[in-house]
Amino acid sequence: MSLQLVANVIVLASIYALVSTGYVLIYRVSRVLNLAHGELMMIGAYLLVSTASLFNNDPVVALALAAIFGLVMGIVVYAVLMRWLTGEAVLAAVLITIALGILLRGLSILIWTSQQFYPAATFGWKNPSVHLLPGVQVSAASLAIVVLTIVVYVGLFVFLQFTRWGIRMRAAGQNPLLAEQRGIRLHAVYAFAWGLSTFTASLAGMLLSLDSGVEYTMATIGLKAFPAALVGGLDSLLGAVIGALIVATAEILAIQYVNPLLSDVVPFVVLLIVLAIRPWGLFGSREQLDRV
Amino acid sequence: MNDQVAYTQDLALLGTRSRRVRFAFALVVMMVLPFILKPFLLDLANQVLLAVIGALALMLLTGFAGLISLGTAGLLGAGAYTVGMLVREIAAPFWVTLPAAALLGAFLGLIFGLPSLRLRGLYLAISTLGLHFIVVYLGGEYEAREALSTGVIIDSPSIGGFSLTSAIGWYFVLLAFAALALLISVNLQRSRTGRAWRALNARDVVAGALGIDVQRFKLLAFMVSSTMTAVAGALFAYYRNFVSIDAFSLYLTVQYVAMIIIGGMGSIFGALLGAGFVILFPYAIEAAAAFLPARFGNMVFALDYAAFGVVMILFLLLEPAGLIGIWRRIRHAFFSRRTGPAS
Repeated sequence: MSLQLVANVIVLASIYALVSTGYVLIYRVSRVLNLAHGELMMIGAYLLVSTASLFNNDPVVALALAAIFGLVMGIVVYAVLMRWLTGEAVLAAVLITIALGILLRGLSILIWTSQQFYPAATFGWKNPSVHLLPGVQVSAASLAIVVLTIVVYVGLFVFLQFTRWGIRMRAAGQNPLLAEQRGIRLHAVYAFAWGLSTFTASLAGMLLSLDSGVEYTMATIGLKAFPAALVGGLDSLLGAVIGALIVATAEILAIQYVNPLLSDVVPFVVLLIVLAIRPWGLFGSREQLDRV
Repeated sequence: MNDQVAYTQDLALLGTRSRRVRFAFALVVMMVLPFILKPFLLDLANQVLLAVIGALALMLLTGFAGLISLGTAGLLGAGAYTVGMLVREIAAPFWVTLPAAALLGAFLGLIFGLPSLRLRGLYLAISTLGLHFIVVYLGGEYEAREALSTGVIIDSPSIGGFSLTSAIGWYFVLLAFAALALLISVNLQRSRTGRAWRALNARDVVAGALGIDVQRFKLLAFMVSSTMTAVAGALFAYYRNFVSIDAFSLYLTVQYVAMIIIGGMGSIFGALLGAGFVILFPYAIEAAAAFLPARFGNMVFALDYAAFGVVMILFLLLEPAGLIGIWRRIRHAFFSRRTGPAS
């Protein structure tokens, strides 16, 4: 495997890892699988399109504003939709997220049309190739994704491990009943988890749109990141990184050596293999899984 | 299950007088309908009949046996592609392609069903989703290899020189298939198999303790459902005279899932209502879009997505029992004295 391929794997794995934090956060805290995650990520990218056209001289303001909207979006989704399903069958919650995904797809086209946008061009940014080593180059935006993924993971680790809200989140995930008994407001914790989830997803969507533009097909990337989360174990952030690396490696190798059409399939083939052998994932907690 | 029981139960299908009257009424309506409908509406009726087969298949699996599948589009695609490939490669007639599609469906049902022996709920949904992508990939790979940029064109099936091209002819063929699917569903529901499925749905561990062969009935549910879905896919290919893998997106799966949710989980009549609702919905939206500002005129499909998402959410939040639940409540409110407690 050439070094260029290694670089490609790392970039793709970073994308998957960054997106799968959202799946893991929500699943870990509330046992809900959010199948609208890809669409929420896409909306995050579109929000940047809008803020970029408002503040085209001030990229920092535009990016910050879009990121804040990304955070608010998840809280709104929880407050308006998911809140009413607490305690209901998990399936109903998943079906709601599927319906939400369809709704967001329609809305995004109604609001932003089906045309492709390049927010980087609005800022007047170029996206030059960076030569890391002789013969190895990645785009500047890709490099930013890798760096941001590392920052987000370190940030989430510190947040979950040491801060008050992080500990509350873990408590709610471990045992909601006891957590509530201790005075943790579950709805607030869940809403915050949804906000963080769409926040990281929006960051991923924004950087992807800076790299290669955004159109309504972006949601597919979110769906492909899901196997990464599951391979690692749906409730483990460390697992999501490892899962992302595994899925990205398999995908890049398949594209390079077998058939480019395999790109959409490979993540799910990896997923099926893991489901057959070790359904709780590499680092997931075993007892939580609803198995036969 | 022996034949004798199935036969007597079959007779009992129309056991009461009111049932016979209702059945005769439905029969007359269905027979007269194609002759009074305009061509456009007749096409809609045909689409609904096609959807009914798939919706019933999914209702058997999810509504009765409680096994979640997101593989409907993949299975429909597999059925359609069986027809496409056989017609293209060896010019096979329909009496070869339809059984072939059914066989492939049964086989895929076995494959789709295998994860269900170990996984439940979400994880099962995810594994069927994975299989969906594999089936779609294989179809796309075939298109790419054969350099078919637009899909496979299929001639209408012909029986002894008579080619099935007219919409009315198709109506009766599809009606026959839909009626067959309905009969199979009703009978499965009323027989030992259906009771076993309901036990699995309630709690599979207990079902096993009651002496139900859990693995066998789970796989059977997947196989029956997948066979019906694949046949529906094959009919779809013939009806459209055309197969392209683009038609079998994840959105199609969502539509079928929506049919059984909107119709009412666990009810056969609900599957029929849901199929009608979901198929007709885009046309209603299109008609409504005519009154909206011109800006939305060329984005009807986006409007359709958004409205469909909203309707699904509303049903899930406000009326989990679906259309059938609404119907029962209305019937209860108006005719409660005559029909007794809602069944």
